[in-house]
Amino acid sequence: MSDITRLTAAELAAQLVAGEVSSYEATQAHLDRIAAVDGPVHAFLHVSAEEALATARGVDEARATGEDLHPLAGVPIAVKDVVVTRGLPTTAGSRILDGWLPPYDATLVSKIKAARLPILGKTNMDEFAMGSSTEHSGYGNTHNPWDLDRIPGGSGGGSAAAVAAYEAPLAIGTDTGGSIRQPAAVTGTVGVKPTYGSVSRYGLIALASSLDQAGPVTRTVLDAALLHELIAGHDPHDSTSLTDPVPAFGEAARRGAAGDLTGVRVGVVKELSGEGYQPGVLVRFEEGLALLRGAGAEVVEVSCPHFDYALAAYYLILPAEASSNLAKFDGMRYGLRVEPSEGPVTAERVMAATRGQGFGDEVKRRIILGTYALSAGYYDAYYGSAQKVRTLIQRDFAEAFGQADVLVSPTAPTTAFRLGEKLDDPLAMYLNDVATIPVNLAGVPGMSLPSGLSDDGLPVGFQVIAPARADERLYRVGGALEALLEARWGGPILAKAPELEVTR
Amino acid sequence: MRVPEAPGALTRLGAMSTLSRDEVARVAALARIDLTPAELDRLAGELDVIVQSVARVSEIATPDVPATSHPLPLSNVFRADEPEAPLDRDEVLAQAPAAEDGKFLVPQILGEDA
Repeated sequence: MSDITRLTAAELAAQLVAGEVSSYEATQAHLDRIAAVDGPVHAFLHVSAEEALATARGVDEARATGEDLHPLAGVPIAVKDVVVTRGLPTTAGSRILDGWLPPYDATLVSKIKAARLPILGKTNMDEFAMGSSTEHSGYGNTHNPWDLDRIPGGSGGGSAAAVAAYEAPLAIGTDTGGSIRQPAAVTGTVGVKPTYGSVSRYGLIALASSLDQAGPVTRTVLDAALLHELIAGHDPHDSTSLTDPVPAFGEAARRGAAGDLTGVRVGVVKELSGEGYQPGVLVRFEEGLALLRGAGAEVVEVSCPHFDYALAAYYLILPAEASSNLAKFDGMRYGLRVEPSEGPVTAERVMAATRGQGFGDEVKRRIILGTYALSAGYYDAYYGSAQKVRTLIQRDFAEAFGQADVLVSPTAPTTAFRLGEKLDDPLAMYLNDVATIPVNLAGVPGMSLPSGLSDDGLPVGFQVIAPARADERLYRVGGALEALLEARWGGPILAKAPELEVTR
Repeated sequence: MRVPEAPGALTRLGAMSTLSRDEVARVAALARIDLTPAELDRLAGELDVIVQSVARVSEIATPDVPATSHPLPLSNVFRADEPEAPLDRDEVLAQAPAAEDGKFLVPQILGEDA
């Protein structure tokens, strides 16, 4: 029998429906794969084998009795550890939440459970999603399956690595400034940040509430579309949740895969390429553009002059929002409590001791930066100015979308760098997200899909951006580009990744 | 260090571009994070560089530009006023650092001198 773990989610779903394989077998195969390769990859912080197999068994029984099931029922999934799961440990990559068992499910988890996808476990991430390499996790690094000495991107390095290493066909990520798309780019996988409000934020441990959005992490554009359809939809528990009906993303992906983009206007963002981008990344980007042109798309250049200020605005808005969101970790109701080593044990001193010990370096940096930017005397100059830049960036997008249906850029300026390489230089680390951050500031949707290998043999990501509420354009254009590229490569890009050593 | 009232972007930029060790200690206290002296030294240097870099937002944030706090405009969002079951109390308290008699057990709120 062929290896179940190499199937895409759509292929596996079809085999489940056809009765060629059971969900139990598929789930067990992924658990075996996790056991075999996750030691060196370390994509998972917790593996929920028993629960996953119980769900799988239930799906198989329901299918046997002819019950009506969701198209993805029985397809296993991994969930980023920033998403709360009732009864499964949830830490957001932080020591301050070590061992916490949430008393409720995030809305997207409720949807996954209702559709009966076995949850394989929780994936590693930068602490509270602050980082671009997963090196800021409180529980050790995740390693890139393409080269174990390199970063898997971040903050969702665990979800991207799990999918790239065939430990899961589907995973959930969250993206505040690129945490789904940049890991996708450096691991040769697909990641989508939906329109802000497309997926409920209820039950995500909030980083920056006006930027956070959960989305799919997969190996194909169609799988991303199918997972996005499953987790999207209005939720009364999130006041920012869109009330629009969920479009047929899967249909858009299938239509795109037919390869005809006649009449589609593709805008190349001038400010998101050139200086600072690795030559091998730009070569692959240009190649992608040529394929889009060949498929009938009209490629135009657009300028978004204020994008040059996006990184600066982001590193004021994010820390400001994070500093208030993370105030709840005070050692009173959940998580770690540390008493001061000397002096009176008052609530305030316990809070400070708990946060001093429980938070890692990057979290402390950003909370202090955010507190500073919001403090009396600085608010207008920093946070106020950053909010104005946000307006200017939204206007840039509005102008650009007047000339193009989708915008495109490389997802990240470089391929995966070596673990440790940028750990001591926060600004260099922040630059990884220079092309993904404007998307979050404007609330528009963005996708990263593989566009080949750079001259260093490592994967490169191609970013597609659509206007707010037009996520289906990502799936149509992404589906087309993926089909054209795979025809050229003779198969998916991950087929070119070195085989991981299997340990048992 | 004070931010001058004058709106000139460059004046502001100049005034904002230092973050001393004392300032970091003051802000860390506001954020209720204990820092070791070594952490303070390192963070002060790193944060100063970051603050200098992000301060450039004021170059283009002119008074005529409105602020945006939310990506998509929304106002007065309410959900139906229907009772829902609360979280299970025992399940919640089981995750607390300390609990007693069905309540969170916390350290004394006020200092001895309060």
